[in-house]
Amino acid sequence: MGNGNLTASHFFVTGDPLIYSADAAIILSVLSILFFLTRCHKWGWLWREWITSVDHKKIGIMYMIAAMLMLFRGGVDALLMRTQLALPNLQFLRAQHYDEIFTTHGTIMILFMAMPLMFALFNIVVPLQIGARDVAYPFLNAVSFWLFFFGAMLFNLSFVIGGSPDAGWLAYPPLSETAFSPGPGENFYIWGIQISGIGSLATGINFVATILKMRAPGMKLMRMPLFAWSVLSSSIVIIFAFPVLTITLALLFIDRFAGAHFFGMTGGANPMMYVNLIWMWGHPEVYIVVLPAFGVFSEVVSTFAKKRIFGYKSMVFSMLIISVLSFFTWVHHFFTMGAGADVNAFFAVTTMAIAIPTGVKVFNWLFTLYRGRITMASPMLWTISFIPAFVVGGATGVMLAVAPADYQYHNSYFLIAHFHQVLIGGVVFGYFAGLYYWWPKMFGFQLDERLGKWAFWLWNIGFYVCFMPQYALGFMGMTRRVYTYGWDLGWAPLNFVSTVGAFLMGAGFVFQVWQILYSIRHGRRDLTGDPWNGRTLEWSMPSPAPYYNFAQIPQVKDRDAWWMEKQQMPEEGRGNTAVKYEPIHMPKNSGIPFVMAVFWFIAGFGFTFHWIALGIAGLAGVGMSLLARSFQYKMEYEIPVEEIQRVEASMGRIG
Amino acid sequence: MQHAEASHEQIGHLDHEALKVFGFWIFLVTDCLLFGTLFGVFVVLRSHTDGGPTGKELFEIPGFVAETFILLTSSFTSGIATLAMNQGNIKRVIGWLIVTALLGLAFVGLEVSEFTKMAMEGATISRSAFLSSFFTLVGTHGLHVSIGLVWMTALMIQLRRHGMNAVTRRKMTIIGLYWHFLDAVWIFLFTVVYLMGVM
Ligand code: HEM
Ligand SMILES: [Cu+2]
Repeated sequence: MGNGNLTASHFFVTGDPLIYSADAAIILSVLSILFFLTRCHKWGWLWREWITSVDHKKIGIMYMIAAMLMLFRGGVDALLMRTQLALPNLQFLRAQHYDEIFTTHGTIMILFMAMPLMFALFNIVVPLQIGARDVAYPFLNAVSFWLFFFGAMLFNLSFVIGGSPDAGWLAYPPLSETAFSPGPGENFYIWGIQISGIGSLATGINFVATILKMRAPGMKLMRMPLFAWSVLSSSIVIIFAFPVLTITLALLFIDRFAGAHFFGMTGGANPMMYVNLIWMWGHPEVYIVVLPAFGVFSEVVSTFAKKRIFGYKSMVFSMLIISVLSFFTWVHHFFTMGAGADVNAFFAVTTMAIAIPTGVKVFNWLFTLYRGRITMASPMLWTISFIPAFVVGGATGVMLAVAPADYQYHNSYFLIAHFHQVLIGGVVFGYFAGLYYWWPKMFGFQLDERLGKWAFWLWNIGFYVCFMPQYALGFMGMTRRVYTYGWDLGWAPLNFVSTVGAFLMGAGFVFQVWQILYSIRHGRRDLTGDPWNGRTLEWSMPSPAPYYNFAQIPQVKDRDAWWMEKQQMPEEGRGNTAVKYEPIHMPKNSGIPFVMAVFWFIAGFGFTFHWIALGIAGLAGVGMSLLARSFQYKMEYEIPVEEIQRVEASMGRIG
Repeated sequence: MQHAEASHEQIGHLDHEALKVFGFWIFLVTDCLLFGTLFGVFVVLRSHTDGGPTGKELFEIPGFVAETFILLTSSFTSGIATLAMNQGNIKRVIGWLIVTALLGLAFVGLEVSEFTKMAMEGATISRSAFLSSFFTLVGTHGLHVSIGLVWMTALMIQLRRHGMNAVTRRKMTIIGLYWHFLDAVWIFLFTVVYLMGVM
């Protein structure tokens, strides 16, 4: 398909000083990492302790690190765009470059930042919270992580090799068809998302099975912590939404690769079908990422108000209702495309209906806080700041759901302001709250509160300074995805303010990095395992938890199991009862998930450049990895009682 | 802290196998959705022939009826293999699996020859939206069957090596589920694509 005679300048992205400096930065950091690992003899350690690990806690940490790196990359994209838009007629980025950056920014933020950060929390928290030794399928869990990781790497590679996608984060045809995007950019997009998407689907299956089948005895569903509930509902939505994405991307690729006619303009194809399909996944997707944030808020609110959550049952039901409704709203993304008044009215109503269960949740959080003994630690700060952000974001969402009015707002900066307010205020702040909350559980030390406050205020002030002006800009007629504008439009002052806000958020991120580095040395060590006086089972164990989690599986008698335990037992008696341990079975580490993901990467890279032999070789490698796994039989080992006793004693658990 | 009595049994070996079967059921739900989406696309595009050949002109009744019989029979023989497993007769298990796999192979062979014949007549994936969706939908099913064949072969080798135990039993159960599932999908293909195509 015309890619036979690639020259270096086609293969490597050339001619842009910004990209050259990025090239240099990438090469330098890769070299220094390689140098460090070799110098300190860390290769074996990296392989044994991390790359081949099937421990959900380690996988969670790897997800988190990768997601924070992607937040950095997506954030730099955002700042580049806001710099370009700060003043009229700037020539900082060219139009094509701007197109590429908003595409990679959107894609990375949602699929390679929000999703993995969410999976980080799933992995770190869920098994501990429900009293399990691991997830249902530890090997598959590692596969999921590495698929995400190599999918993200493939996508990011487009930056220096071949060129980035430029058809928006949802790649609408016909723009994303070969006729309009002949380069490899869209192929990178398709394969990067496809590979990591398969991993996400597997994670959804894994956590549904984990939560349904692995709860500690006595933990009935209605005794389960709300975060676990939010993970369950989010995972169910994943199971129903992601297959649609898989097919949609596959069909787009078949169009591009084999000249088929699904979504193009010729041969009887139907571009609107793509828009319908992609939003059948895309709208549920935003609920997939926000539901776990709701779970985090519920945990944080009840812990820091030292009260049971208000309206537990209504919390559970509202989450389930949201997950069902999220599948019946997708048309609100294209009210203006001529579906007709009846269809638009139906989807307007379903969209507004979601506001009801969401409102229920907000009121439940407020009622929990009411008359609580509130401690204002970082997780609580982020939770409180979420409420006004989400109220404004939700209200503007309802405005967008008014179909006739949407003819005015559609694809304007009003929309940009709305969804960032929900995604940053809800999702990002929610996951930050979760990270601050569970950080001591992960690493055994707390994050410095003083630096954290700086980060918090910079993020929050920056957030409003950046996005409030955009609502106004939307009304003034500024549409999304414009790369420059004239002085005559009067948009300059508001745009400038907005850019300042973006940089304040960037500064907030810098403070967070500083906070982490500082706290590694100076952070308060968490010796009790329960620094916040928590309520759920994960706080009943030492920080960080031993690799087998629970030496003995707990017996649950009520909601907030650990809190009840603490009420009933004197300080000294806790966890010190005369115990009889039994040997524990644990899954062995495996290098196959990593190897399999590398083969996926090779396959994706091959098909991206139409190097069919390489693509097929990659797929064959994937098949061989699966077979190799199928032929393995002894995949567990036993931890003897003496070792459990030794580990528990070293953590001060048995006297 | 109070602890569960039978914690060991709870996550013991047997339960793990049952857990994997449970996970496979969820996987089948996702696979159903995958095919459901492809069916939806096909139904929308089946009349978009763009002046090219239609299903009526292309589909040959003896061909797809034969495919149907072969696949249904293979589902039946895979059922017999499961029965033999319950009787603990490993020779018969492997024997019936071989029959199943051969039938599956015949099915794939027929499908490949059908596809090549169509392509020779100029009815390729890039001819029209109808053909794009036809080849993708039917091809995805065929790909599933082919993967099943490799998998079944691997299982036969493992049955040889390890005999019947909790793990191989579970693998038999899962592959049985998979095979019946593909059969059910084919019934839909037969009806929606072929029968409605020639009518
Ligand atoms: C941290 C501060 C952020 C800033 C300053 C920012 C800024 C921007 C800008 C300037 C655009 C392009 C608007 C246009 O020209 O159409 C944009 C688009 C977008 N952003 Fe952000 N963003 C931020 C964070 C996020 C986050 C956290 C997410 C998701 C979790 C996100 C998701 C998106 C999406 C999906 C698009 C649309 C891309 C497209 O049009 O295809 N952003 N953002
Ligand atoms: Cu939506």
